[in-house]
Amino acid sequence: MNSTLRAILIPLSFIIVFLLFWEWLVWFNNWPNYKMASPSDLWPAFWTYKGLFLEYGWQTLWRTVLGLILSVIFGTFLGMIMGLSRIAYEGLYPLLVGFNAIPKATVVPVIALLFVGSHDFNTVLIAFMISFFPIAVSIALGLSTLEPEYRDILRSLGASPFTIFWKIALPKTLPEFFGALKVAVTLAFIGTNLMEIISPHGRGLGHLFSSGEQNADYPLMFAVLIALAFMGIVLYYVVVALERIFAGWAERREG
Amino acid sequence: MSDIKIQNVCHTYNTNSGPLHVLDQLDLEIGDGDFVAVVGPSGCGKSTLTKLVAGLLIPDEGDVMLDGERVKGPRSNVGMAFQNPVLLEWRTIEQNILLPLEIVKGHGLDARQRKERVSELLAMVGLEGFENKRPSELSGGMRQRASLCRALVHRPEVLILDEPFGALDAFTREDLWVVMRELRRQEKFTCMLITHDLRESVYLADRVVVLSGRPGGTQYVQDVDLPEDRGLDVLFKPEAISMLADLREQIAIGQKRQTIGEAV
Ligand SMILES: Nc1ncnc2c1ncn2[C@@H]1O[C@H](COP(=O)(O)OP(=O)(O)OP(=O)(O)O)[C@@H](O)[C@H]1O
Ligand SMILES: [Mg+2]
Repeated sequence: MNSTLRAILIPLSFIIVFLLFWEWLVWFNNWPNYKMASPSDLWPAFWTYKGLFLEYGWQTLWRTVLGLILSVIFGTFLGMIMGLSRIAYEGLYPLLVGFNAIPKATVVPVIALLFVGSHDFNTVLIAFMISFFPIAVSIALGLSTLEPEYRDILRSLGASPFTIFWKIALPKTLPEFFGALKVAVTLAFIGTNLMEIISPHGRGLGHLFSSGEQNADYPLMFAVLIALAFMGIVLYYVVVALERIFAGWAERREG
Repeated sequence: MSDIKIQNVCHTYNTNSGPLHVLDQLDLEIGDGDFVAVVGPSGCGKSTLTKLVAGLLIPDEGDVMLDGERVKGPRSNVGMAFQNPVLLEWRTIEQNILLPLEIVKGHGLDARQRKERVSELLAMVGLEGFENKRPSELSGGMRQRASLCRALVHRPEVLILDEPFGALDAFTREDLWVVMRELRRQEKFTCMLITHDLRESVYLADRVVVLSGRPGGTQYVQDVDLPEDRGLDVLFKPEAISMLADLREQIAIGQKRQTIGEAV
């Protein structure tokens, strides 16, 4: 069996087995669909709300991605400052840890009240706030663990700090950066959905979920969960693909 | 032309536990094209000395002169190699070796000439055909060979080697000593080698300088009068053996001074 086919067929067959098991479990226990919807209930839910799924799915997606882009920009910048300056590291690190320790679920209502009415803004903001921490830390760590020999070799040739950052420090942190980005993707996704669920006149898949709840439409709620899982997987693998392109050399090291 | 004159250099670091006087009234002269080995107790300031020569540090007192000019900062005519070969994992060996040419301006080499320069150097160190390998595919000795090529690719006038063979096994180390002499025959540079290995210093250098324990100053200078064209067996000659004995004795004296200094 060739390897691409294998890479598709094996996960696919496991998904099918999982769905069959789920269907069987619901049927066997004779659960009503308010207790647990079965996969066969989900298709009608998707079909009935297909317009909303597309529209809201897109909203959830762009807000998450925008929040992520912002956290990559800000996190990289912050990580750079912390990685290159000892004082900034010592000063900012406890602050960041403290900020990160606040459960973000409690920040969501605060932000929702703070910027009432600007739902897009709120959602992007939460996705950003929840996800920049691992990125900043990974960049800071990568930079501060740079071997001093590199700096000496390049500086003795007259290279500027920027050249050293661009040619060596940044590429060297890429494996850690992508590791952090994988965590950040998941976090940003949680942030977006929390805000969408909690905002009274929200949009996005999170909102579809909470309206399913209000209308006691359980198959719809499960369908949203599946759609979110699907989107999460897609986002995750986009990061994996980017990682292969930009930091593929790090993988070879172990192999 | 590139001769190095170090005159009356003192250097002190500011550390958390107060000032640390590392170099004291150090005098050292390295004539154009000379190869000088510097030995001394651990922590006496040898690496600090290399940074002063490379222009990465400016001494508190005294002068470091290159071609009769004071060194005021980094100059691109320096090549460096360290105990840790630090090759960039995402670059091929060729791209790693070419790194200095991306920074030094005015080398005037086009892409084809650069490739030729790399193959020429790789051949000298016994790594023919390794251009497109990744650092992860190389052994420790091979990486160190590549790191020497990188230090020399831009034809530096001054080569600074800070214990480059320190982490290698004895056989590989001796192979690299031979490689180093070959490089010296083919490339023209003034070299300062820091080492802990006295046999290495005698085999490679024209002169061995022993630094006293911290704060390091010139304690003893040994001229190595061995034939230019020497093989490893030269180390078994009576002259070499007596030199090694002298050097060992001087190191012991330096070490004692450092321990006494630390106890005070
Ligand atoms: N940037 C620095 N700031 C403060 N102290 C330093 C700094 N660099 C080196 N030192 C201290 O100065 C002393 C001399 O350091 P140096 O690295 O020059 O010694 P060395 O002779 O190369 O030692 P070794 O043989 O172990 O490599 C050491 O005690 C070291 O801890
Ligand atoms: Mg040292």
